Amino acid sequence: MTLLKNREAVLAFAILLLVALVATRFPAFVRPANLVNVFNDTSPLILLAIGQMIVILTKCIDLSVAANLALCGMIAALMNGAGVPLPLILALAITLGAALGAINGLLVWKLGIPSIVVTLGTMTIFRGTIFLLTNGAWVNSHQMTDGFKALPRAVFAGLPVMSWVALAAIALFTVLLTRTPLGRSFYAVGGNPHAAVYTGINVGRTQCTAFIISGALAGLTGYLWVARYAVAYVDIADGFELSVVAACVIGGVAIAGGAGSVAGAVLGALFLGVINNALPVVGISPFWQMAISGSAIVLAVAFNAAQNRQPGRIILKSVEAR
Amino acid sequence: MKPVLSLRGISKSFPGVKALQGVQLDLFAGQVTALIGENGAGKSTIVKVLTGIYQPEEGTIEIDGTPIRFASAQEASRVGVTAIHQETVLFDELTVAENIWLGHAPRTRWGLIDRRAMRAGAQRLLSSIGATLNPDLRLGDLGIASKHLVAIARALSTDARVVILDEPTAALSHKEIHELYDLIETLKSQGKAILFISHKFDEVFRIADRYTVFRDGQFVGDGAMADVTEGQLVQLMVGRSVDQIYPARSHNIGPPVLTVAGYSHPTEFADIGFTLHQGEILGFYGLVGAGRSEVMQALFGITTPSKGAVRIDDQVRVIRSTHQAIAAGIVYVPEDRGTQGAIRGLPIFQNITLPSLATTSRAGFLRLAEEFRLARAYTQRLDLRASSLDQELGLLSGGNQQKVVIAKWLATKPRVIILDEPTKGIDIGSKAAVHEFMAELAAEGLAVIMVSSEIPEVLGMSDRVIVMREGRIIDEVSGPRMTPETLVRAAAGIAEAA
Repeated sequence: MTLLKNREAVLAFAILLLVALVATRFPAFVRPANLVNVFNDTSPLILLAIGQMIVILTKCIDLSVAANLALCGMIAALMNGAGVPLPLILALAITLGAALGAINGLLVWKLGIPSIVVTLGTMTIFRGTIFLLTNGAWVNSHQMTDGFKALPRAVFAGLPVMSWVALAAIALFTVLLTRTPLGRSFYAVGGNPHAAVYTGINVGRTQCTAFIISGALAGLTGYLWVARYAVAYVDIADGFELSVVAACVIGGVAIAGGAGSVAGAVLGALFLGVINNALPVVGISPFWQMAISGSAIVLAVAFNAAQNRQPGRIILKSVEAR
Repeated sequence: MKPVLSLRGISKSFPGVKALQGVQLDLFAGQVTALIGENGAGKSTIVKVLTGIYQPEEGTIEIDGTPIRFASAQEASRVGVTAIHQETVLFDELTVAENIWLGHAPRTRWGLIDRRAMRAGAQRLLSSIGATLNPDLRLGDLGIASKHLVAIARALSTDARVVILDEPTAALSHKEIHELYDLIETLKSQGKAILFISHKFDEVFRIADRYTVFRDGQFVGDGAMADVTEGQLVQLMVGRSVDQIYPARSHNIGPPVLTVAGYSHPTEFADIGFTLHQGEILGFYGLVGAGRSEVMQALFGITTPSKGAVRIDDQVRVIRSTHQAIAAGIVYVPEDRGTQGAIRGLPIFQNITLPSLATTSRAGFLRLAEEFRLARAYTQRLDLRASSLDQELGLLSGGNQQKVVIAKWLATKPRVIILDEPTKGIDIGSKAAVHEFMAELAAEGLAVIMVSSEIPEVLGMSDRVIVMREGRIIDEVSGPRMTPETLVRAAAGIAEAA
């Protein structure tokens, strides 16, 4: 556990260093208002990374999160057009996201199909469904009600609602993972599925639950995304699932399952968020941004691999006694 | 007659265990030599020495009287020693011909694989052992018996002179076994020296010309099959000086706890019935693959039986999941503790409390202090050596990991604890500690089932012993009938001596 904490401390330090470096060339970047902006911009990534982290903990992966987000966002926009009240839209977006996640989870659990295959398939199906619903048409700003668009931007105590949602999710899932039996079983299932079975844990059901959580977060983010950018179409958040997985990997979530934390996933997302927001300000071309994000992923994985290298067998008595 | 292959004074040890101590073995051209011994006698180790996987510390290997050293498996196969293992090591996605020639395929003059020669060669090898398989079939589409034929053809493709068959009939049907016997006759007539490893006496008497017996890693005797009786072989196998001390047991047997009746599974076992009492240690003995672990896994809810009833304290309990088994008070410490018991990435205390979270948490929230208390109570009892209970389990030594796995189960306060091969692969010192501990558990009124393939352990620890063979209970042994001979005869299916 100390190892994990170290890993997160290293990442937090890297983010601070990055922010400091940017500040030397562009002091306005560290103004509180701008930092709030960066956090707010990164909130969708944080929300999805938390869900993805839980899925990866259980030795699975959810590639359909971005498509799930786009489908739920589109349906939220369509419901808004049909006059459905906002609280109901929110509840239905989360429920629909969870249901889509449950499809992934049930296919993994009941049919034993590898999650990468299942979610690769559902990713395309979800995007295709948006097309079927709209015939490829966009839902634009003028077709949305003001209340629908205002919620994520509304500011409470200096932070937009979007950021508050991310903070609430961080708190909720930190407690879920560290303080509930369900959270413990995510770690057990990913750490050693065979042993988990022998301990009385239903591995498939636990994995399915992880997909439902990831889906529900994607559904919620779908509404927030569409409302904030005031547009919904087939390709919103296209390719975003890769950023989400990248945030997890940078945040020290073991891709083989069983190790990771909410804090790690959030820091991973923030790292990418800072890079994406800072580099244009400093005047670095978008091509370099991609190269830098990519290098960060490889570095993070190399760092984790070095940390996780198996210690040799403990044969010497003196070492064991220590 | 001179042996083709001759081993003298071979020793091999692993940390804490002497697997082989100065053993000898001779194999002759055109003859089948049966290697006989209990589990743990050193049969698998000698096979690995013969095929170059292990290098012995002492002793000589001679081929046609010339001393030779196998530094690697490739070298052993080059001089013509080849083994066909219990689970044949072949590739399902490749064709029959590709499997036969993998690694030494015939080449064209351009250095590419000569597919035509490969096919023709495969056909020739297969027909030389009387097999009519299409060399272009995908191996995964074949049955286990056909896979054996492919494995044997592969062995012959390297011009093997010595063929080792390691329990080749374990997974075969009756008809397939007879085809294998015919095949062995063919190999004999081609002058191959064959080492045949089997637990089954009827097989050994049917096809072997000679026998060699190992016991506890030592050579006990050899000779011609014609000069020996079943009784004498059993005697050689088990006749030992009981040098290990087992803890004194209280034998304070209480009322029945677990009653199993008519317990059956479609493919694994049938008509299992027994009663387990409070404070009792019930041994389950049998050959590997007799169905003992399968029965235990069903009792623990890992697999689902087709019929039969399980009663705990005279109440019928339906067990369809491990969760229900734990709730009913049955826990199972699996044989393969590394993969089935421990979660190495989690801290010690979390490993221990994993099945007990319902009792340590309140209103759906974990209480870490409570978890530490529970973990501390049981690790102290088991004398666990760890700097902190917060330490990752994977950092502990194997023996200590085992203690954590056992502590985990005791913490659920079970009625019945099933220990599957509890001392397999651990050193003598830890073995004694485990035995001591089992005796303590029973004395405290826990009902214990011990699955073990080690006769001294079964006899030394159990109040009664159930012997299984081919998925059924063959015998229940107690009192004066608890002798090594009785167990071996029952397990191998030999009639009791008059």
